[in-house]
Amino acid sequence: MAQPWREETVHVADTPLVLIRGGTGKPLLMFHDELGYPGWMRWNEELAKEREFLIPLQPGFGKTPRLEWVRSYRDLGGFYAQVLRELGLVPIDVIGFSAGGFIAAEMVAADPDIFSKMILVAPMGLKPTEGEITDIFPLTIRAYLRATVADPTTPEFGKIYGGEMTPEQFEAFEDARAETARLGWEPYMHNPSLPYLLRGVKHVPTLLIWGTADAIVPRGCITAYQQALTGAKVAEIPGVGHRPEIENSQEFVRLVREFLAA
Amino acid sequence: MKIAYFTERPYRWVPEDEVFRNRAFFAVSNAYFDREKAADDYNYYLDEACYAEELGFDGVALNEHHGNPFCMGGVMNVEAAILARITKKVKIILIGNPLPVIKHPLRMAEELAEIDLISRGRLVTGWVRGAGSEQFFNNANPAYNREYFNEAHDFILQAWTRPGPWRYEGKHFHYRHVNPWALPYQKPHPQIWIPGVLSPETVRWCAERRYPYIGLGTALGPTCDLWDLYAEEAARQGYQAGPENFGYLIPTFVADTEEKAQELGRNFVYGGGQNAFSRPEHTLPPGYNSKNAIKMLLARHPGGSWLGVSPEKLRQAQSDERSEPVDYDEVRRKLTLSYQKAQKNLQVIVGTPTSVLPKLKILLQVLRPGIFIFFNVQGPVSNHDRMRSMRLLAEEVVPALREYAKEIDLPDPYERTPGSVTLPAGVAWTPVVDRGPLSALGLV
Repeated sequence: MAQPWREETVHVADTPLVLIRGGTGKPLLMFHDELGYPGWMRWNEELAKEREFLIPLQPGFGKTPRLEWVRSYRDLGGFYAQVLRELGLVPIDVIGFSAGGFIAAEMVAADPDIFSKMILVAPMGLKPTEGEITDIFPLTIRAYLRATVADPTTPEFGKIYGGEMTPEQFEAFEDARAETARLGWEPYMHNPSLPYLLRGVKHVPTLLIWGTADAIVPRGCITAYQQALTGAKVAEIPGVGHRPEIENSQEFVRLVREFLAA
Repeated sequence: MKIAYFTERPYRWVPEDEVFRNRAFFAVSNAYFDREKAADDYNYYLDEACYAEELGFDGVALNEHHGNPFCMGGVMNVEAAILARITKKVKIILIGNPLPVIKHPLRMAEELAEIDLISRGRLVTGWVRGAGSEQFFNNANPAYNREYFNEAHDFILQAWTRPGPWRYEGKHFHYRHVNPWALPYQKPHPQIWIPGVLSPETVRWCAERRYPYIGLGTALGPTCDLWDLYAEEAARQGYQAGPENFGYLIPTFVADTEEKAQELGRNFVYGGGQNAFSRPEHTLPPGYNSKNAIKMLLARHPGGSWLGVSPEKLRQAQSDERSEPVDYDEVRRKLTLSYQKAQKNLQVIVGTPTSVLPKLKILLQVLRPGIFIFFNVQGPVSNHDRMRSMRLLAEEVVPALREYAKEIDLPDPYERTPGSVTLPAGVAWTPVVDRGPLSALGLV
């Protein structure tokens, strides 16, 4: 069977942006999380039957070059907005994971017309109403990865992160951690002005997905998003952690599919 | 050669088992901080520096660490300011102020100028990037560490040398009104010596600026390699590097008998010693090391290093191994072995004046430093034993070392300005180290 996705470089917004493209149908933009694109997973495979994934690899994460001028998630959102405009992809449906949710939230706050639908999965970006976003920087990579799932024996988790870490993998993770620190060190992985700007976003259907055993992003983040985006729907997936898309991909796909089709 | 005295000013009252339990000194709870004992010790360490002056050391060196009983110098400039007033002759050598974690270079320029003025020109100012753990402690973004360092350094030199007032709009620092009233006593500014643990970027950076580079107890072989790198860069800059460009700091403990020296010298590995400065996750914060440095660490053979930045730490960070044996006696046994190995590798020098002298001479012969700094012991060693070691060193070892330094011609940065020996383009640089003794010692 031919590879269901391909990696390509598009020269856009003065940058050679590396993108993963796969599937057929209406485009769906995906922002990966703070440790980088984990690879084409089962949930991608499933949704690619009806949607074309566009997955930009974040500047500074090893493939797309780092952009010196990007110093915050708001800057990064501005960059991606320029990318979408140049590619003629506005408005587009978006799904963002963890820090990728933060990017999407910054973008929609700046321009509510940029997204037609928005799915934020365990999103960072807002100060939680209760609890704290786990500080990932004083954790070793392995300790962090382990904390992202409730059940480390999840088959797809082992597929991505099992086995010995090669020097190349370690370097890629270090690139991702360094760039994440550049953008989100302080205030830690949130932007205090973001909730106020999000209040102006009225018409973008939004789904917030959260695993009830998430050890990284507390429920308080979801509540903060609900308070800022009053029309947002919340779907909790019981018993899974910060990576619901791999820990319960079936339920995850069902929720996403239902929301995007509505 | 300038000979100086240094101590980390260890907080000596944390139970060793607590450090083992925490797997490092950094992050041991300050519930263990005893105000009375600390008050005694802060005063004692100032007295100890005065004692070093009385014994004839040319300088007293201070450093700074945060949130760590390994070193009580949380705000080194406070101690330096007091020493500026209560000492008379010694150089006050700061190795160094962690510019990226202090994040206020104008304030730093003012503090250092005042210290230099009060001491009437005895300040030597060194700057560092700060240990990994200090990025967490001070909430200093580690991914911008080197940028902060470079920008703060450049700014401070300008603040000292460019008449104000002027405005500064940098990448990380911004000042509306730069016009520090106090300028350093020394013109244009105090000498700058940079301590390090063999980051090639820092070594090259020093060579470009003709700053002496001080190896902090670094393994001899790699130190030779990096000093060659310095000399190579110096040649590119048009000068021949020499002893005036290099310094070395070495843990040394001397007592009247070998038994006593060994018993107390073992405290260099108290709690795990410098390798237990901080846990892997605190030692290597994101973006703190350049990609090159990470590659070098991955490639380099295992070996001890300052503050525990080592290939072993990196491997632990990758594998998240918990190297936490529950049997603390077993931990102590292993530490004793590593202490013995460090002595064999000449990274720790312990003994009587008679037995330490030839070892110290080897260090001078191999590394040819113009600056030599003795680092007193860590751990719960009494004031009396610490001072006895200092006296034995000063009276029975240092005179012979000074003679030897003259004999093999080791000028210091005051006798010969670093970078003043011109090297015409195309002329090969002469060796700055002598690896001869290393093979006989099995250190190659």
